[in-house]
Amino acid sequence: MNNNLYKYILGIADNSLILGQRMGELTGHGPSLETDIACTNISLDLFGQVRSYYQYAAKIAGDGRTEDDIAMLRKEREYVNVLLVEQPNTDFAHTMARQFLFDVYHLLFLQELEKSKDLNLSAIAKKSIKEVSYHQRFSSDWIKRLGDGTEESHQKMQDAIDDLWTYTDELFHQTEADKAMVKEGIGVDVTKLKDNYYQIVNSVLEESTLSIPKSKYFQKGGKQGIHTEHLGYLLSDLQYMQRTYPNMEW
Amino acid sequence: MGTKNWPLWEIFVRSKNGLEHRHFGSLHAADAEMALENARDVYTRRNEGVSIWVVESKHITASNPEHNGELFEPAQDKVYRHPTFYDLPDEVKHM
Amino acid sequence: MSEEQIKNLEKQFEERIARDEKIEPKDWMPEKYRQTHIRQMSQHAHSEVVGMLPEGNWITRAPSLRRKVALLAKVQDEAGHGLYLYSATETLGVSRDELYDQLHSGKAKYSSIFNYPTITWADMGAIGWLVDGAAIINQVPLCNTSYGPYARAMIRVCKEESFHQRQGYEIMMKLANGTPEQKEMAQDALNRWWWPSLMMLGPTDAESVHTEQSMKWKLKRKSNDDLRQQFIDQTVPQADLIGLTIPDPDLKWNEERASYDFGEIDWDEFWQVVKGHGPCNKERMRARVGAWERGEWVRDAAMAYAEKQQERKEKQAV
Repeated sequence: MNNNLYKYILGIADNSLILGQRMGELTGHGPSLETDIACTNISLDLFGQVRSYYQYAAKIAGDGRTEDDIAMLRKEREYVNVLLVEQPNTDFAHTMARQFLFDVYHLLFLQELEKSKDLNLSAIAKKSIKEVSYHQRFSSDWIKRLGDGTEESHQKMQDAIDDLWTYTDELFHQTEADKAMVKEGIGVDVTKLKDNYYQIVNSVLEESTLSIPKSKYFQKGGKQGIHTEHLGYLLSDLQYMQRTYPNMEW
Repeated sequence: MGTKNWPLWEIFVRSKNGLEHRHFGSLHAADAEMALENARDVYTRRNEGVSIWVVESKHITASNPEHNGELFEPAQDKVYRHPTFYDLPDEVKHM
Repeated sequence: MSEEQIKNLEKQFEERIARDEKIEPKDWMPEKYRQTHIRQMSQHAHSEVVGMLPEGNWITRAPSLRRKVALLAKVQDEAGHGLYLYSATETLGVSRDELYDQLHSGKAKYSSIFNYPTITWADMGAIGWLVDGAAIINQVPLCNTSYGPYARAMIRVCKEESFHQRQGYEIMMKLANGTPEQKEMAQDALNRWWWPSLMMLGPTDAESVHTEQSMKWKLKRKSNDDLRQQFIDQTVPQADLIGLTIPDPDLKWNEERASYDFGEIDWDEFWQVVKGHGPCNKERMRARVGAWERGEWVRDAAMAYAEKQQERKEKQAV
């Protein structure tokens, strides 16, 4: 098995898995019926992508594991999503800020991944780009509405951006698998996305009358499986059935 | 605050090119942009559309059914607007 | 209008319905027709929205990705159906916010079945199979009800719901054919959801208050007892097929009636839940009210932003 490719796919897929799971928590609890439906759509898009990635990863692993085994039966330290996507739904401002800060990265990333020499990844990227373009439009609109809405919403959105800003830098860290895949023309060099990312993010924040956080201190570790305390609880839910009833079909 | 509710919008969807936009239903949204996004998420989840129109419900003026007599019944006896009104011999073709 | 004029209008109105004509929002209608429709349609909408909660409870814990996306899509459909039905109700001159107020204050009712807890994964199967099954029996005739917006909303709802029951039955089938532990989980869910599902079709005809008027207005096409019998007759063979046992010792095929005889329903339990004392009534309302209250600043912000944008546009135009 191509170990680097396998790890590389997990690096992409885990982000969508954990973010999709977070979004799914909101179904039935959104601020309006219309918004509830929209958020569920985002979750469904993400899980759709996740399935394509893990099915591909399962094929590469070739050890009989299924997409569900890979999604639900790893240990906490084996999930390699970025810290940003596991942050909780503290309030709707945090939910939208997390989504937005990830969407901007996600779209830039997929646009590069579409050029990958790996035709499977390229195909998944191509399909996902359309979905993620919409996510970014949706979340950017909400950043503007909440940022430039009422005094209360402005404060809440500013707090959310300030809270989550510390997790943005990690998006552009390269792992060993990343480097190997870039070399083979399969992977995306994320370090090159950084300038563009902050330019887009900053311009939306400015339009939303929000301040761009000045802190230069960033958190990292997700890509190495060193997570925030939030992930364990998320995984307890995600893995509950597979752990409690091992080796069964559903 | 908490007094102003999102207004109601009427949603029109074209299911495929070649067909007209048809009234699909309504929903609530703060502005036109959101109404479009919500319409996309609510009414085209199953691939039902290629184009969406939204219009705030308050901008629609509807005829009053109480006036249906004067509005619509006068058209009922204007048979000369229909091709069958005109008697032509069967030999005439392509008409 | 004089009393006689109103009587006359009412007579014409009833005749239109009897001729299978549809009533549209701006048409004259008896006040009672309007009120009855607001009540039934909003109750229906509330049931969809509250109904998201027991199933939403398992979204994060669905056992496979395939099951997870199906469940998400199903719960999302319920939000959509609530939305269609609220919209249809709004054509009768009541706002969604007023309807929410009625729900949140406990004035409005919703289907009692959603006050039962979903405690195992098999409950997702049982709800899809039994609860959606009973709902479909109730809903299909409504596609032809007399009030146009309601009928149109129901056509959309029924079309979209066709996958819901299949989704549930498939879950049950998989469990019933699975390990002994899975089969036990399925049987347990059937045991817990069977009787509430029968209750879902409403009190017995003898105790049902609105039936006659509702029949005339095509809000109802069959009596509660007939619907219940239909549900039982179609569901028992489905249980047999996957080797599950209906938890009713009195259940027996009646050759003469070509229907199943069945045991006594515990109506005390039914009324207890209807009156607000079911296992989850309080939790369900807390969840709905909580989401609405937590969302208030969000909705306000969106309105404030929309107004600012509008002002900016107008200023630019000057």
